[in-house]
Amino acid sequence: MYIHVFISIDTVFFFIYMQTSLSRTGGYNLPPCHIVNFCGFHILFDCPLDLSALTIFSPLSTGLYENVDEQTFACSTSNLHSEIKKLLDRTNLISAEPYYKTVETLHLWNVSLIDVVLISSPMGMLGLPFLTRAKGFSAKVYATEVTAKLGQLMMEDLVAMHMEFKQFYGPKETSLFQLCKWEALPPTLKEVVLGKDGTELGSWSPLYSAADVKDCLQKVQSLKYAEEVCYNGTLIIKALSSGLEIGSCNWNLKGPKRNISYISSSVFSSGTAMDCDFHALLGSDVLIYSDFASWNGATCVEDENSWSSIVPVVTDTCMWESLNFDESSEEMEKLNFICSCSIDSVEAGGSVLIPMGRIGIILQLLELFALHIESSGIKVPIFIISSVAEELLAYTTILPEWLCKERQEKLYSGKPVFAHEELIKEKKIHVFPTLHSHELLMMWQEPCIVFCPHWSLRLGPAVHLLQRWHGDPNALLVLEEGVDTDLALSPFKPIAMKVLECSFVSGIKLEKVPQLLKMLQPKLILLPDYTKAYFNSLKESVPCLFFTENETLDMPNSKNLLELNIATDLASQLTLTKLKSEELTISRLKGNLFVDQGKHYLVAENTDDD
Amino acid sequence: MAIECLVLGAGQEVGKSCVVVTINGKRIMFDCGMHMGYVDHRRYPDFSLISKSGDFDNALSCVIITHFHLDHIGALPYFTEVCGYNGPIYMTYPTKALAPLMLDDYRKVMVGRGEEQQFTNENILNCLKKVTAIDIKQTVQVDKDLQIRAYYAGHVLGAAMIYASVGDAAMVYTGDYNMTPDRHLGAAQIDRLHLDLVITESTYGKTIRDSKYAREREFLKAVHTCVANGGKVLIPTFALGRAQELCILLDDYWERMNLKVPIYFSSGLTIQANLYYKVLISWTSQKVKDTYATRNAFNFKNVQSFERSLIHAPGPCVLFATPGMLSGGFSLEVFKHWAPCESNLITLPGYCVAGTVGHKLSDKTTKVDVDKDTQIDVRCKIHRLSFSPHTDEKGIMDLVKFLSPKNVILVHGEIKNMVNLKGRMESELGIQCYYPSNNETVSFPTTHFVKADASAAFIRSTLTPNFKFLKDEAAEMAPVQVLDERVTQGILTMEKGQKVKILHQDELLATVGTEQAEI
Repeated sequence: MYIHVFISIDTVFFFIYMQTSLSRTGGYNLPPCHIVNFCGFHILFDCPLDLSALTIFSPLSTGLYENVDEQTFACSTSNLHSEIKKLLDRTNLISAEPYYKTVETLHLWNVSLIDVVLISSPMGMLGLPFLTRAKGFSAKVYATEVTAKLGQLMMEDLVAMHMEFKQFYGPKETSLFQLCKWEALPPTLKEVVLGKDGTELGSWSPLYSAADVKDCLQKVQSLKYAEEVCYNGTLIIKALSSGLEIGSCNWNLKGPKRNISYISSSVFSSGTAMDCDFHALLGSDVLIYSDFASWNGATCVEDENSWSSIVPVVTDTCMWESLNFDESSEEMEKLNFICSCSIDSVEAGGSVLIPMGRIGIILQLLELFALHIESSGIKVPIFIISSVAEELLAYTTILPEWLCKERQEKLYSGKPVFAHEELIKEKKIHVFPTLHSHELLMMWQEPCIVFCPHWSLRLGPAVHLLQRWHGDPNALLVLEEGVDTDLALSPFKPIAMKVLECSFVSGIKLEKVPQLLKMLQPKLILLPDYTKAYFNSLKESVPCLFFTENETLDMPNSKNLLELNIATDLASQLTLTKLKSEELTISRLKGNLFVDQGKHYLVAENTDDD
Repeated sequence: MAIECLVLGAGQEVGKSCVVVTINGKRIMFDCGMHMGYVDHRRYPDFSLISKSGDFDNALSCVIITHFHLDHIGALPYFTEVCGYNGPIYMTYPTKALAPLMLDDYRKVMVGRGEEQQFTNENILNCLKKVTAIDIKQTVQVDKDLQIRAYYAGHVLGAAMIYASVGDAAMVYTGDYNMTPDRHLGAAQIDRLHLDLVITESTYGKTIRDSKYAREREFLKAVHTCVANGGKVLIPTFALGRAQELCILLDDYWERMNLKVPIYFSSGLTIQANLYYKVLISWTSQKVKDTYATRNAFNFKNVQSFERSLIHAPGPCVLFATPGMLSGGFSLEVFKHWAPCESNLITLPGYCVAGTVGHKLSDKTTKVDVDKDTQIDVRCKIHRLSFSPHTDEKGIMDLVKFLSPKNVILVHGEIKNMVNLKGRMESELGIQCYYPSNNETVSFPTTHFVKADASAAFIRSTLTPNFKFLKDEAAEMAPVQVLDERVTQGILTMEKGQKVKILHQDELLATVGTEQAEI
């Protein structure tokens, strides 16, 4: 029943991999990836895919819309940009079956050395099949139930969309870099392929198969929020709501001597997901802070007064609330703005294309669109086109436990938690697996509002719709900030349709981070070195260590002594000897040592061996 | 360090479950039920035993409700809104969502019977607002020392077994549970835990049940025969639980047999309940859960809602009517009309509490006193379904054996079952077993570990494998036996005003100085 384990000396190393290849900020779609050695176990946090790198490939064209009006639209960009524009012409993109870019240095790591993989969000799971199918992979993978499911759907959709390329280019497997002469690529593309320092060529691989995805999911153990799971008898792992997306989480790991908290991108209060659970992260021995979704890259040196004037560490509720000003109402404003812009386009006769991947945002937009359409009095169909849309939408109606308070209240008062179920029944929203679904073609009408993947604008129905609408000045494309828009749109140029770029909350605002870190009262904080200038002044109140990308950071040993639980029957057998001249009593101690659920027990020798 | 267990209800009986456990100084109330068989003060637990002054907020650390049945939650609005308890209350998401339906249904029945209303609908809603919803396996830190966790119990949607621990002491209160999966719910599931106490239900503590499929077939056959002969079938159930279980069964059977006889639900309540079941489908069994993407199993095809005028309509039908046990309300009203007709069928699923009409029916008497002035001549067929979502004797023994606690307390059952179970547990499992009656207290000491700080050198020395190789001399070809006996040896030191420390003996020498090296 008990598990004997070896306890390695309690040193913690950090091997950190940060990806900064294309996206200016990793952001929502590209969570960072870390490896931590804790209690002798190698723990990998997240395994994402850099899907923004897909933009170097040429999208498949339907041929139908090519050359149409090519000449009609004059180039709108200024002369200054004309040179760049020339370089990013459609002809420069790689016309081949796309390869996918995984975490830069992870493939250099011996996968059999990884003991635990913790997945914080569906986006942090997209690269996982590459890992799980690797020879020698034997780690235990943990993710919340919802992350595992959403991740599964996203990966299945990715594989399904990729099929289109497979059908176009045929089954032959050619190495990407035999096909294209990457030396000849324009510098922008070359940097995507090779990375800034030219070392990333090895991180490209062909996409995994549906079977790989299935196999990968069988290796994932799903968790509830705040469920305690014990790894190898020693490490107690807990997933705690991060608020970023439904089911996404931060982590708390408890070892025999100290505990570690890991904060991934977190949102204080979201319109869909359960609020970030910070209370459970209070007072950790080590806090790894990796939410820099809102890091703008600028080395803005912190103005000392802005946060050091804030009342030092109090943990009552109002302090927590002070961190959360109106984030959700700001978010609502943005969503409403998208809706009203869309309605304007529709009224002018143009269609709206929303190739967004964020489930929480899509669900809220669907609800708002219904309201806006009703109040504007126009009739416009909403189409959702994706191979997994139907299942995804059905799934979101059955997870009230993972949602924010307002949605849970709807459950208690007997209302549906999301409006889309009703809207689909009322035929205001139509869901189809593919663009060429027969029923879709039968009822297709323009203008319409279409939600479909993929935000890279290289995969899925979005490509074909963009080819159809890019020349329509009344049409609207809603993009999420974080993609290199110029590169992403290059194969569809010239573009007459309006492009709306929006950014959504995908992490804690930088200016709130110092205050949050103080309130969490960790004994030590680990931060990436590029934030050093910003956080240097924090050092006075909380000790900070800064880690460097792809370098190992050794942690100081914990001074905590290991707590031993001695069974009372053993304790009562002790013969205590008082030493003269000193106030010290000693006794010889003999027993069996057990480790169970991260606790050490000493029991009398003669007990049964069960 | 001790556990003290005060049984306020369901001691040697079924009804008003309520147990107050003091564990290392923390006091938890498990369930807060009401007794369906009484209308006087005996229907509620005697809360004055918790606190004479009525200061329940200081007397209790928290209240935990295991599931939405009235004998487990019925007194909660009374306790919070009338008695004034304001502290934390925990229950699972489905229980929180469905409890108001159950409570309000019961309140209406009370009002309908002309009784004094114990709490208003507003009371119910206010009470539920104070509840913190929890998920299965979620570990909740109630305060610095008290930790609770819910495990899947399978009895009804959202039913949970509760684990609570304070310091080294830990216990499980099972509530009602089912060790075998049924049509829409999975079987109870729990981790192997180190427990000082398990408080378990014992409703069917002396019954081993046969295959569920035989019972299902029997039920379907009885219903089919009745409607084929033009009879009406009345199934008195509570709005939640059995209603959905039997409805999945019937709906499926109707599809397969292509039957057109209408199936009715008596009130909008059950229809409303089905909506909740659809959203909370992840709390059902895996098989039912997997239907969410295609056709949610709680989207019943053949089910309609019932109008009062249909009571006397000609032709066969099946009616699910609330409340269960024929304890009053609409089901009893329909019963009065349908019972005298021989071609009709009354199906009673599950346990009927003593004092209800449902309980009286089981005595095979033809004349039944429904209330003071009415006697009904029962001529219809009575079909009893032992479709109870409770575990049987084997299930209880299996669970207790699996958990192997130091002590067991039996509640929620008849005394003869408890005597039987106590005998088996003490003789077969060697576990101390008690079955206190209501308002009785049982207490026993709890596990306690002496805490000490261990030095790194000590831990390292103990982890070195200590191999021994044994060879059986008699048999020449016998393989070498390898033994790894890790016996820990160290020195325990206690210094005034400091925590107990455990050191490796070399370390001790350094601390006390060489002159005492001989020790």
